[in-house]
Amino acid sequence: MLQLEARAEASAFWRYASPVVALGITLALSALLFVALGKDPVRGLQIFLLEPWNGTRAITELALKSTALTLCALGLALCFRSNVWNIGAEGQFLAGGIAAGGLAMWLTMQKTGISNWAFFPLATLAGALGGAIWASITAALKDRFNANEILVSLMLVYVANLLLSYLVFGPWKDPKGFNFPQTVTFDMAIPRLLSGFRVHWGAVVAVVAVVMMWVFMSRTFKGYQLQVGGQAAAASRYAGFSARSTLWTCLLTSGAFAGIAGAYEVTGPIGQLTPFVSVGYGFTAIIVAFVGRLHPVGCVAASVLLSTFLIGGQLAQSRIGLPAALTGLFQGILLFSLLACDTLINHRIRLKAKP
Amino acid sequence: MNDLNKRSLLKVVALSALAAAALIGCGKKEPAAPVAAAPAAAPAPAPKAEPFKAAWVYVGPVGDAGWSFAHDLGRKAVEAEMGDKIKTTFVESVPEGADAERVIRDLATQGNKIIFATSFGYMEAMLKVAKDFPDVKFEHATGYKTAPNMRAYDARFYQDTYMAGIIAGKMTKTNTLGFVGSYPIPEVLRNINAFTLGAQSVNPKIKTRVVWVNSWFDPPKESEAAQTLINGGADVLLQNTDSTAVLQTAEKNGKFAFGWDSDMSAFAPKAHLGSAIVDWSNYYKKSIKEAMDGTWKGAIVTRWGVAEGQNDLIKISDMVPAETRAKVDEIKAAMKAGTFEVFTGPVIDSAGKERLAKDVKADDDWRGKVDFYVKGVEGTIPAGKKS
Amino acid sequence: MNEIALLIAATLSSGTPLALAGLGLLINEKVGVVNLGAEGMMLIAAVVGFAAAFHSGSPTVAFAAAAAAGALSAGLFGALVIWLNTNQYATGLAVSLFGGGFSAFVGVEYIGKTLEGRSMHSVPLLGDLPFVGPALFQQHPMVYLTMLFALAIGLFFNRTRTGLVLRSVGENPESAHALGYPVRWLRLLCVMAGGALCGLGGAYISVVYAPLWAEGMIAGRGWIALALTVFATWRAARLLLGAYLFGGVTMLQLALQGAGVDVPSQFMSMLPYLATIVVLVLISSNPQWIRLNMPSSLGKPFYPGR
Repeated sequence: MLQLEARAEASAFWRYASPVVALGITLALSALLFVALGKDPVRGLQIFLLEPWNGTRAITELALKSTALTLCALGLALCFRSNVWNIGAEGQFLAGGIAAGGLAMWLTMQKTGISNWAFFPLATLAGALGGAIWASITAALKDRFNANEILVSLMLVYVANLLLSYLVFGPWKDPKGFNFPQTVTFDMAIPRLLSGFRVHWGAVVAVVAVVMMWVFMSRTFKGYQLQVGGQAAAASRYAGFSARSTLWTCLLTSGAFAGIAGAYEVTGPIGQLTPFVSVGYGFTAIIVAFVGRLHPVGCVAASVLLSTFLIGGQLAQSRIGLPAALTGLFQGILLFSLLACDTLINHRIRLKAKP
Repeated sequence: MNDLNKRSLLKVVALSALAAAALIGCGKKEPAAPVAAAPAAAPAPAPKAEPFKAAWVYVGPVGDAGWSFAHDLGRKAVEAEMGDKIKTTFVESVPEGADAERVIRDLATQGNKIIFATSFGYMEAMLKVAKDFPDVKFEHATGYKTAPNMRAYDARFYQDTYMAGIIAGKMTKTNTLGFVGSYPIPEVLRNINAFTLGAQSVNPKIKTRVVWVNSWFDPPKESEAAQTLINGGADVLLQNTDSTAVLQTAEKNGKFAFGWDSDMSAFAPKAHLGSAIVDWSNYYKKSIKEAMDGTWKGAIVTRWGVAEGQNDLIKISDMVPAETRAKVDEIKAAMKAGTFEVFTGPVIDSAGKERLAKDVKADDDWRGKVDFYVKGVEGTIPAGKKS
Repeated sequence: MNEIALLIAATLSSGTPLALAGLGLLINEKVGVVNLGAEGMMLIAAVVGFAAAFHSGSPTVAFAAAAAAGALSAGLFGALVIWLNTNQYATGLAVSLFGGGFSAFVGVEYIGKTLEGRSMHSVPLLGDLPFVGPALFQQHPMVYLTMLFALAIGLFFNRTRTGLVLRSVGENPESAHALGYPVRWLRLLCVMAGGALCGLGGAYISVVYAPLWAEGMIAGRGWIALALTVFATWRAARLLLGAYLFGGVTMLQLALQGAGVDVPSQFMSMLPYLATIVVLVLISSNPQWIRLNMPSSLGKPFYPGR
């Protein structure tokens, strides 16, 4: 009979292999699902995994989605490592988008004629501020009142969505827009990386952020402090590491990053504020962070993988008629498989003979 | 990284590479097969003409029995009529954000020669793609921006709601009507106003109450909204949302309601008074024929209603008295003949301001700018706009 | 006057799914397991319940099927968290995300379908009383069942020996284990029972409340139910009241809209979520309340060997 036995020390092999095996399980189950739906499993997997890489434009679209996911996931990785459970990245994403969108709208209506390059740092700053402020609500309520950050940050997601809806249906509505709920289309945008494609310089910012986060997490004392707090709370307190400082640093950082992602989404590919800015990046980023082993570089790889899933899912719809709901299903299976495989990092399976 | 870690990492990388190679290998086989078959098929009779490819983009699921369902019925009608000459594709539940552009672009690159995007949130995305594909025709529902190869189309639901209003005005005993609204956009405000005007034409005492659910399709919220309206005294309900929840809540409470977008009479036989429907098939057939024979013109906005067979109030219940049904038929005939305009002055808004002078008939421009409630509708429009 | 009675009725109905899910989560948390997957379990149960109602025509079958679905999903969660000792928060989140995708996928078949035979329920005699009748006695049987559940669960945990054992598992699993109780099996049992209740809550929404299937129709109620357990400081009666409070806020904002109150509808729609935050803050700010009532081992993994 199978038994779980704790390992003497964590298995390095399984730390890296776990996401790969989890992915394998997910793909195997997906293939089964395709067969059950009467579709060719090989073609299904090909569309899901390979078609999103087919061609220059496809790769730029992957880069575009990965930018948003990486930025969100970086902050979440820091949070989860430090045992701060920020589930409201989606709300911080929206808050950053609202801030940057509002700025862009104001600049457009003032006819400032500002250049894309001059706008870029402003949008980044606005997004960071918007997201950080939104996250600070959660931090303050936890700090002052010990209110659970999971629930507060999550409720604020719904509030952020409704706030966006209010703004675009009301005070920020384009006066010449025939009363449709949208702002004016902005005169400026985040500068593009390659002309003709939607990927923009936010991708470079994301890469820089990855490097910065890696340095912070592995080479600075503060980063070390935060992570110890996450793994051994008592030891951390004994060493005098402040739980409050951890809370604020993590939430403000991840709020800022998610806000920047939202800012780029609104002032980049969308180009205006509409009620439909939110597509769930803040939640997908949670999966990205875990699949990426809560490591900055892992987050990049994981965000590329999940972007492939997301785009592949939509392609699978239009090419072979698979239902739109499949993508969410696969994401869930991936996370489950990952969590199950992760046990093998600290345990090994032994066959014990019955006495 | 010590040796153990490096080895582990290498093992994993090798595994992944193997897996990827296997997958790519499997994938490549697919395109190889048809190529091998083609030379074998060459001696066969002359190949048929390539079918004309048309694609639809839906904002919701096809089975919603509402908006997207109605568009898909139109698509199916085109398929039924044109058979082999056409190949249709559709993508459902496409979010109206940044992803829409990618989906529309992909459809264009896949060889579709005409693409219909069925929600206003796709407007900017379609415009951007239209610029890059001058040979493809783009059609956008319920929008207003156009281009040489892009045009907009819309229906006249307010004609349906006016007729529903006539029935509601006669059937109500409490003189309170209820409207479950989706979003406070001009189209929905028009529908509310037309409903109220229609009811007032047979019963000047009625008033209309509105509850907004901030969604096109959200059955629990629609139920709650309907129940709230009923609790507030409304006994005839109309909706601008896509599910059958409002009808069913009305039936549960012993009140009346109308179907929306499609024939919903089967869902609530005791409550159903009529269904305000839209039939896109005529327009789709026309557009595709134009695209196929080269007479398609962009940069216009086409709005069809009752006169063109695109809108109608159908399955009017036997519970409605004969004289009311006759009145509805009379109005319908006048709409078909083009002699009846729903918004004919005097039209006073709920703040008392005159919006349309006596005997003046509204045009599309006026109707597109409706941002007020007519007198008889209670409350103020959300998001701070006062009429 | 009648409007107030109807508002009370609507409150009871609206609060019931929250109460059911909340009670389920309470059972979980009493033994020390926090299940963030409530939203996902409710979605899965909602689609299963709807499908069962659609095919069988019987609400009883629907509720039974939904309870089973909830118990199964919770069982999967329990196996991972109790035996493989995966992180409870992450696993719960995985259930939520998976539940969303799974329910949307299975539900594709059922969009636009409807259940038949909707009629007003009324308790004989009591339902005809003026004011009190429409306010309290014209509800679906599940509403009254929920109140019974709350009562039963409260009595069970506070007055029975088994309840005491379970509470001790939640307070100090190591001691319970030392005393010979099968801690892990007891936890699994409670997790599955809790899942069954969440399932009933989900089915209530798709079979009674809506009664349709739509993707994501639980709309955050699972998360609000989680907040309710904190609000109720893990006491069943208080949880029931909290659920009605939230149901009430939701229906009140709609009623105010219908009455023409001049506040943008989006702000009105925010009320239930803002109320959740306020309530969390109020309860959490008194650490005494929390410390006294929160099961000490909540969220922590249990290793029988150590």
